[in-house]
Amino acid sequence: MTQTLGAHAAGATPAGPPVLDVAGLRKVFNVGRPDERMAIDDVTFDVVKGEFVCIVGPSGAGKTTLLRCISGLSAPTRGTVQFEGTALTEVPDQLGVVFQDYGRSLFPWFTNGSNIALPLKARGVGREERTKRVNEVLTEVGLGHVEKQYPWQLSGGMQQRVAIARTLSYKPDLLLMDEPFASVDAQTRFDLEDLILEVREEAGITVVLVTHDIDEAIYLSDRIVVLSGSPSKVREIVTVPLGRDRDQVATRSSEEFLELRRHLLSLVMPH
Amino acid sequence: MTTATTGSTAAGRDGGSPGSASAGGAGVGDAVAVAVTDVPSTQVTATPGRRAAGRRNRGRNLLLALWLPVVLLVGWWFLSANSTSPYFPPLQVILQSVWDEWVIGDAKTQLWPSLRHLALGFIGGSLLGVLGGALLWRLPVLRKGTNPIVYFLYVLPAPALLPAMIALFGLGEARQVALIAFGATWPALLNTLDGMRGIDQVKFDTARAMKFSSLRTVTAVVLPGASPQIAAGLRASLQVSIILMVVSEMIAASEGIGYFILYAQTVFAIVTMWSGIVVLSVLGTLLNYLFVFAEHRLLGWYHGSRAVGTDKA
Ligand SMILES: Nc1ncnc2c1ncn2[C@@H]1O[C@H](COP(=O)(O)OP(=O)(O)OP(=O)(O)O)[C@@H](O)[C@H]1O
Ligand SMILES: [Mg+2]
Repeated sequence: MTQTLGAHAAGATPAGPPVLDVAGLRKVFNVGRPDERMAIDDVTFDVVKGEFVCIVGPSGAGKTTLLRCISGLSAPTRGTVQFEGTALTEVPDQLGVVFQDYGRSLFPWFTNGSNIALPLKARGVGREERTKRVNEVLTEVGLGHVEKQYPWQLSGGMQQRVAIARTLSYKPDLLLMDEPFASVDAQTRFDLEDLILEVREEAGITVVLVTHDIDEAIYLSDRIVVLSGSPSKVREIVTVPLGRDRDQVATRSSEEFLELRRHLLSLVMPH
Repeated sequence: MTTATTGSTAAGRDGGSPGSASAGGAGVGDAVAVAVTDVPSTQVTATPGRRAAGRRNRGRNLLLALWLPVVLLVGWWFLSANSTSPYFPPLQVILQSVWDEWVIGDAKTQLWPSLRHLALGFIGGSLLGVLGGALLWRLPVLRKGTNPIVYFLYVLPAPALLPAMIALFGLGEARQVALIAFGATWPALLNTLDGMRGIDQVKFDTARAMKFSSLRTVTAVVLPGASPQIAAGLRASLQVSIILMVVSEMIAASEGIGYFILYAQTVFAIVTMWSGIVVLSVLGTLLNYLFVFAEHRLLGWYHGSRAVGTDKA
């Protein structure tokens, strides 16, 4: 059980003040009741501007709980979360969340276009500007004109693209994603992974992505926060020195990739 | 009051609520299925071919829905044709009387007070029910405290309250409207509460993450999210309202279709009485269809999304 290794100082990650700073975070549910349950024990890490950080942990490790805490949706029991230098009390304006299950987070009663326009409406963006932005962001995520259709008329992969488009529509500084590709097929998954890398490159966005898939974490990340099983602690923070250009075939078969994979597997395998 | 619909069942089965024992209940249930097939094809860009197929389909479903009523009507017509019983006059005579009394004659003036009471009571009760349900949803303390009372009032047969209503509101229209409103409140209230409680927490997280105001959360998440079940509740409320409309007009009233039927019976005008019953069932059926039609207009997304993955889609 090694604690946080300050590995990223030596890494090739861009320097700068942290966009997100999580310190000593603990989350206990039902405090003081018989069904009290600690989901997160002690998690500390930070994310600097432009960085892509993946959080990996086994199912039930408390990944969704962690994401809810660092997005301001849920208050930690102990510890602090700072976004762009200020402590979280609510979800910040400049933060975007993509939830684990698009089926549960998209609104089936609105068309795709309306779904994507919702955060813009909430921010007081005018109708014309909204329409323009919806079209832009649909193109960005590789969808054609689906704005008049409903989410449930699309395939799973397309629905997740709509969910991503909705979050990108207001150009957040920080994108939090909770196992966004867990419920799509392998091919779609590769496509969506590359889509996120592209979006991140073009929009200069900072991304924190939760996954239980080690390969996906290595392929996407600059750094990987490895969580232990429940209640989670940070086992290690691993730097991924694979550079910015990634390619599904070449990157995944490179020697460094396999080396990292060996290392991460040894971390998550039960000892 | 067999409409013991805690909405989840009603909403879960395309609205064919257990209480639809009233005339046309089963037929309306089939009409739901008709419209379900129709919804996606109008929303996805429909090619002319698909549209024609949809029309054929609708025609077939209409036939399926209507064959039994038609057979029964024809049977009634011929079996009663030579009836000499004063209690069961020939259908032809009844229909003739409907024509004479209701279409040509001025019995139809009895409809307006009935419909006025029904509209006021149903709308008032529904509003109360939806608002009350939303309030109980928001305030768990109130919900837990009122839970036994709500169920007590819900199972209380509303007609039993008519004497109390007369004592409270006198003999005017107010007590009729109040009785209908009272009966209409509970199905709407319980279904609204159930529907709102059933909304996925992730939807609320999503709303918060997108920075919705409270008002927007209500209009864009809570109301649409609970709407299928609210609709199921309103439909049950409508059926209760129709029953209570008639019942309240049969006691100490001097106008309305219920009064008309009862009065005809007391003066032994049996044919006239039957004409009132026929008009009443036609009215109930029409209102039910109207409701289902409006529901399918407003909740196209719901029926469409439920049809996904089936051949209906
Ligand atoms: N509101 C809650 N009340 C009580 N316990 C909860 C609550 N939310 C989560 N938990 C518990 O916390 C633990 C972590 O749950 P969480 O959903 O964060 O895991 P996860 O890592 O996201 O799992 P998965 O990979 O399956 O998505 C689970 O054991 C869960 O039962
Ligand atoms: Mg999770």
